[in-house]
Amino acid sequence: MTTTVSLREKYEAVIGIECHVELKTTSKMFCGCPNEFGGAPNTKVCPVCLALPGALPVPNAKAIELMIAAGLAFDAEIPAFSKFDRKNYFYPDMPKDYQISQFDMPITQGGVVNYWLADGEKKSCRLTRIHLEEDTGKSTHAGSGDGRIAGSTYSLVDFNRAGVPLMECVGEPDIRSADEAVGYLEALKRTFVELGVSDVKMEEGSLRCDANVSVRLRGAPEYGTKAEIKNMNSFRSVHDAIESEIDRQIAVIEGGGRVVQETRGWDEAAGVTHSMRSKEQAHDYRYFPEPDLVPLELDRAVIERIRATMPPVPFERFERYTETFGISVKQTTQLVDNPPLAGYFDRVVAIAGSPSVALNFVLGDLSRLANESGTPVAGGKVTPEALAELIALVDAKTINSKIAKDVIARLWANGGSAMAIVEAEGLSQVSDPGAIAQFVDDVLAANAEGVTQFKAGKENVLKFLVGQVMKTSRGKANPELVEALLREKIAAS
Amino acid sequence: MDPVRASARDIARAVNAREISAVEIAETMIPHVASVDEHLGAYLTLTPDLMREHARRVDARIAAGESLPLAGVPAAIKDNMCLLGTRTTCASKILEHWIAPYTGTAVARLLDAGALPIGKTNMDEFAMGSSGENSALGKTKNPYDLDRVPGGSSAGSASAVGGFAATISTGSDTGGSIREPAAFCNVVGFKPTYGRVSRYGLIAFASSLDQIGPFARSVEDVAMTYDAMGGHDPMDATSVDMPFETTAGHLREDLRGVRVGIVKEFATSDLAPDVAAAYEKAYADLAALGAELVEVELPTAKYGLSTYYLIAPAECSSNLARFDGVRYGLRVDGADVGEMYEKTRAAGFGPEVKRRILIGTYALSSGYYDAYYVKAQKARTRIADDFRRAFAKCDVIASPAASSPAFAFNAKSDPYSMYLMDYYTIPVSLAGLPSLSIPCGSALPEGGSRPMPLGLQLASPLFSERALLGYAHAYERATQHAAKLAPVQVVTS
Repeated sequence: MTTTVSLREKYEAVIGIECHVELKTTSKMFCGCPNEFGGAPNTKVCPVCLALPGALPVPNAKAIELMIAAGLAFDAEIPAFSKFDRKNYFYPDMPKDYQISQFDMPITQGGVVNYWLADGEKKSCRLTRIHLEEDTGKSTHAGSGDGRIAGSTYSLVDFNRAGVPLMECVGEPDIRSADEAVGYLEALKRTFVELGVSDVKMEEGSLRCDANVSVRLRGAPEYGTKAEIKNMNSFRSVHDAIESEIDRQIAVIEGGGRVVQETRGWDEAAGVTHSMRSKEQAHDYRYFPEPDLVPLELDRAVIERIRATMPPVPFERFERYTETFGISVKQTTQLVDNPPLAGYFDRVVAIAGSPSVALNFVLGDLSRLANESGTPVAGGKVTPEALAELIALVDAKTINSKIAKDVIARLWANGGSAMAIVEAEGLSQVSDPGAIAQFVDDVLAANAEGVTQFKAGKENVLKFLVGQVMKTSRGKANPELVEALLREKIAAS
Repeated sequence: MDPVRASARDIARAVNAREISAVEIAETMIPHVASVDEHLGAYLTLTPDLMREHARRVDARIAAGESLPLAGVPAAIKDNMCLLGTRTTCASKILEHWIAPYTGTAVARLLDAGALPIGKTNMDEFAMGSSGENSALGKTKNPYDLDRVPGGSSAGSASAVGGFAATISTGSDTGGSIREPAAFCNVVGFKPTYGRVSRYGLIAFASSLDQIGPFARSVEDVAMTYDAMGGHDPMDATSVDMPFETTAGHLREDLRGVRVGIVKEFATSDLAPDVAAAYEKAYADLAALGAELVEVELPTAKYGLSTYYLIAPAECSSNLARFDGVRYGLRVDGADVGEMYEKTRAAGFGPEVKRRILIGTYALSSGYYDAYYVKAQKARTRIADDFRRAFAKCDVIASPAASSPAFAFNAKSDPYSMYLMDYYTIPVSLAGLPSLSIPCGSALPEGGSRPMPLGLQLASPLFSERALLGYAHAYERATQHAAKLAPVQVVTS
């Protein structure tokens, strides 16, 4: 089903995204079990995360710090007082049959996620809140042949994931397209990776998201009836599921029907959403304050300490790179998506200035060397200081860009200082016209035919001749002087 | 020394002095308890092998030069406390065959202090009840009249100590579950301030009220047991992290300079005449010891019962959700997981437990939460405020521990008349205060032929355990009420 362009213009989609993000802590949220993906079933468990009778939760201080960092990254409010609540419902992979979560006093409230689209357009989506809770275990249904619950004869539960700290980010319905949804998710992902809050691996389930999608006539003041879309396991599927759902809802309305409030699952293979359950079957979760935990009083000094040690958020880099440095959106994204590389780049620019020269080295030579060797740029032997020095040598025309390539290869292999290599190898550029004239004369003498062709109008022969002079000078001649001298001498010949 | 009748203090002194071995004590107690318990029914599980093992361990530690505060003291453990490798049932069919795979903090500390585990004691199912009759697994009798109840919920722990089938025992008190059975069984029962003794390993009834405490036949033995169990535990987030004041070495001999509050709203005219006379005598005895009696007001105490019967069931409805047949305990199969839950819980829980789960589920439901749970929390705060005001005028409040002496089995058929037994203890629990019940005389109960023990409740400000046990010790030393009654013949022979 593809809705025609005119119908897409008639309607506007309204989208709100809820994400569950597993926090990258050493241990689980309320016990000392390791927080690691995978492993043999039920090997990362203890009385607490199995909810054995008598076991009690003790909150993980690191998880709370990561949550605060996540909130600060989006300018959220961190109230002085927060608490945990119990969300009560029965589910076989939820061992206590209640989830410790946060109801009315989450650790962070409000905030804004700033993001950008592929064309560089800046967007923002307000956050309702981010709250902290615990993950459930995982059920596997057996006996039906296809792993589905329907027709299965028994189920197996693995509690390794039960109790892993989970942050739920609830976004306001500020998103208007599938592309924006992906841009928003990418911003969350980049930020959480940058802060070390989470691995954000959708394939391992450390990021899971649901999309609330509705459509309305463009310009209408009221929201339409929404459907909650689940089962999306990549950014691509988020995009496709939203596209498909927008089309479906428009078709329902155009066909004279009404959109029903319900939960719908994304069927990746079929490329459609299908109804899972309607809201009438919704649970009454009977939230109440968790009596096994005392309320959290968040010390301002602790919050400020976390803020002081936070790296710049990706959107800050985006604005600096594109607007101050004039770097393209594509290259900016490439850098921002690699926080160690972006950090390396920032340090080089901080010393050497020259962001565009630095960018060429970082995304060009250094990234190529890194790819070839398997060592990341930031983990290699070329320190930001050494690269800054190299850039200064190029800027001062002490060496030319070809020599710079050689120097960087040597630095990559052995480390050390660019200046020292240039001095030791005698690589300084030759800018003495007398010395260059000798090389030029030699090349002109050996390439009489080329000179004739150039004179006949073949402009590109000059490049060949410059190359010959550079070769004769072992790369050290100043190429601008070489070209000028060549033109001068040919004209005079 | 007769290990059956000796105090914990004397046993520990003799074992530490190597006048008698822990193994000798165990070998005396094991057959004695087995025989007496045929009449009392205080125990659900006897652990003779474990008792011997601990006795050997204690003797070895003493031989190695250690001195243990509870060396060789025979101890009974309420069956809602986890003890590694031992059946831990909460007197419920749902946990009838559950073997605890870990030991809770309070029990572990008791055993580490040298106590010898005799066995696990009967109780009202999941600690819900005031007579012991709500046990699904056995009938515990009052050692002072086998036709009468021992009180509850810590029925077996009070009966065993009162009937000389244990020297000390552990109880848990949510609304009076230590103090009321202590009063019925002629023993001292002590509920510390909420947060003083770790709840880790205590199977929860109502998390914000549950508190572990000791039973013994003297204040000094209670103090020694409390000193061994109490103090901060990193496994319980509600256990208070403040310096622990030991009590046993700080007991006092008189009440000079102590202001004892007598509660205006707890008029003795509400009690049977000879019960009232016993309490009037007790207050006079306190004055004779040098105390100044002052009238204090607790105008909101009358709302204690209704407040408690919203908060405690609300918490229990959530705490008991985990007994779902998925991971441990009873499972009754069904066509699907929902039916399995229903059948398991229908078969596994007794009527009082079901009643409270239903009340609590209702109180937390959407639309009723503010009217019931939130209002009850506000009332709870008001009750605590009343106590705070009263303690501006007095150091300790004296009152009856229960509304009557022990009643006959099946005498309280409607739940409300049973709930009324805890009229004096519940407000104290809601305020989280330390309090105890100490023998204060006897009265001929309705339809009874033997005078039955009465308990005086003393309650003091938060964290004032040392002072409270000091007052109780002075009263005990002057009155010696416990020694004036003897258990029935079959128990003492």
